[in-house]
Amino acid sequence: MSDAVRTLRVHRFKRGDDAPRVEEHLVPAHEGTTVLEALRWIQLQEDPTLGLRHSCFHASCGTCGVRVNGRERLACVTRLSDVEGAVIVDPIANLPVLHDLVVDMAAFVARFPQPHPIVRESEFLPESSPADGIDDHERYEDCIECGLCLSACPVAATDDTYVGPAALAYAQRMIEESRGGDREALLHWADQDAGAWRCHAAFECTEACPSDVRPAQRIMALRRELRGRRTDHDRAVPDRPATVTGASA
Amino acid sequence: MSGGGDSAPLVLIVGGGGTGGALAHDLTLRGARVVLVERGEFTSGTTGRHHGLLHSGARYAVNDKESALECIEENTLLRRIAPGSFEENDGLFVGLTDEDMAYLPAFLEGCEDTGIPTQVLQPDEALRLEPMLNPVLKVAVRVPDATMDAMRMPLRFFATAKANGADLLNWVDVIDIDLAGGVVSGATVRDQVTGRQTHIGADLVVNATGPWSEQVARMAGVDVPIRPSPGVMLAVRGRLCNMVVNRLHASGDGDIVVPQRALSIVGTSSWVVEDPDDLGVPADHVQRMIDEGSMLVPAVREAPFRSAWSAARPLIGSRDDADSGRELSRTFKTIDHAVDDGVEGFVTITGGKGTTLRGMAEVCADVVSRKLGLDMPCATRETVLLPHTAAYAA
Repeated sequence: MSDAVRTLRVHRFKRGDDAPRVEEHLVPAHEGTTVLEALRWIQLQEDPTLGLRHSCFHASCGTCGVRVNGRERLACVTRLSDVEGAVIVDPIANLPVLHDLVVDMAAFVARFPQPHPIVRESEFLPESSPADGIDDHERYEDCIECGLCLSACPVAATDDTYVGPAALAYAQRMIEESRGGDREALLHWADQDAGAWRCHAAFECTEACPSDVRPAQRIMALRRELRGRRTDHDRAVPDRPATVTGASA
Repeated sequence: MSGGGDSAPLVLIVGGGGTGGALAHDLTLRGARVVLVERGEFTSGTTGRHHGLLHSGARYAVNDKESALECIEENTLLRRIAPGSFEENDGLFVGLTDEDMAYLPAFLEGCEDTGIPTQVLQPDEALRLEPMLNPVLKVAVRVPDATMDAMRMPLRFFATAKANGADLLNWVDVIDIDLAGGVVSGATVRDQVTGRQTHIGADLVVNATGPWSEQVARMAGVDVPIRPSPGVMLAVRGRLCNMVVNRLHASGDGDIVVPQRALSIVGTSSWVVEDPDDLGVPADHVQRMIDEGSMLVPAVREAPFRSAWSAARPLIGSRDDADSGRELSRTFKTIDHAVDDGVEGFVTITGGKGTTLRGMAEVCADVVSRKLGLDMPCATRETVLLPHTAAYAA
């Protein structure tokens, strides 16, 4: 446990400021000190007005998503010792900044198909087996709605109408095991211009996801489902053009 | 603007944890105008940091029957009003030693007294359900514990309160409680986003700040007998069990493993601090979580580390009480400071736990309603809550 002092450069912005600024703090650090602990130290010891979101402290709530030296990270499980040199902390990208490191999650939630129910019942009750077509228990329900995938997405950076990886992963999960939900409506939603076909398959979202949801693979699965459905459609209704669902691809 | 209309009494709630959110929901349904202020993100203090256990009450069935009764009632009720927020995974109390076995009769009796259903499982049955349990176990008792999302379940109360007209304001610090002539008339607050300082006038202020409630009460010149009692929790990667696994003994350190998505959470320790903002994560406590947790589920020792953190419980008790916090009751208390301290218009709700948030709010809202002349009964037992995402809606 060697004590050290680390440099943090933190994005600061309050309403009415002309432009964001970078504020430097020297923060005492131990071997296991996390970025969140360092930010909390700044808040408690030097500047109580530093705005940051946090709740669970163990990568389960998704509130403390930030960019650390340009990479999407949960502050609560990112150690200062894993970062070389100065630790630069910015809010996640592709969502409006409310203040400092806080983004407006309303703009994240608004991307999801409606309704956006809570779909966690049980991971695997011993007496039940997974639904047909599901090999394991890697589920959308692992998503902690942190927004890191959206922040990392190169398409979302240039197109704010794109619903983004988390919402598409959610739709795919609900289509995979709909449990009474409206599968057709979700497929239609995913087939929109701003939906599954807008993804460029950069897989940055899967790279950024701290919860192993693998949104990119789910978007690809969604496209396979949509393609298959269209082929079925063509067979069932031969005089109907394949583009009837309005896909742009 | 809030549900009650312009002429309804205005209640200012300080503190955006589970209790404050549930109280905002309850009072809004009773026709009050509600404003809630929170200095950070909602649930950022204690609420969001807990291990995510929906208590059956079995943990308290022997030594704290009042808490046990509260837990089993709310356990049943919350599943009804917040469907989809709980895993239907149940819990086991696992006996490993002769000492644990000696505790079994009192445990079963306590559960029966408090109406907590139990099912006694032989070791082979328990291992069939949970193959990763310590194979030396002598008995396991199945109870209706469950896993919840420590942030998103409480957020449903915020979501519903907001939809019904409550003003829920975060990033707002309370600078002072406005007090004159023994009457509280609101609070002086500073908005962290704009830097602006303003007054929020209120007919009544509720202090719902959990372990911070002593600090906030002092602003109104009154004392609240609260002991911030932190506990350390450990998260390891991998869902090592599906059910909640508890040690069958009187409450102790590291005696629970809660599966949460693809993580397993081991909790918890207990000590007492002065400042709930300054907790630290003592290394020896983390080691104790590993040692004790792996007694229940041996794979805890080898599982990859994810996080270790502390959360401060708001336990009721004077500073002269027990040192560790373990001996203090986990039940809650509403304090009308007009009665206790001669300060009108100021109520503190504190103590309790995540599982009892709605019940705490009901009792507190009864007191608030009586003081403000609101005559609508509590409606939160029947009102199904909106999804957590509605809490973010503009």
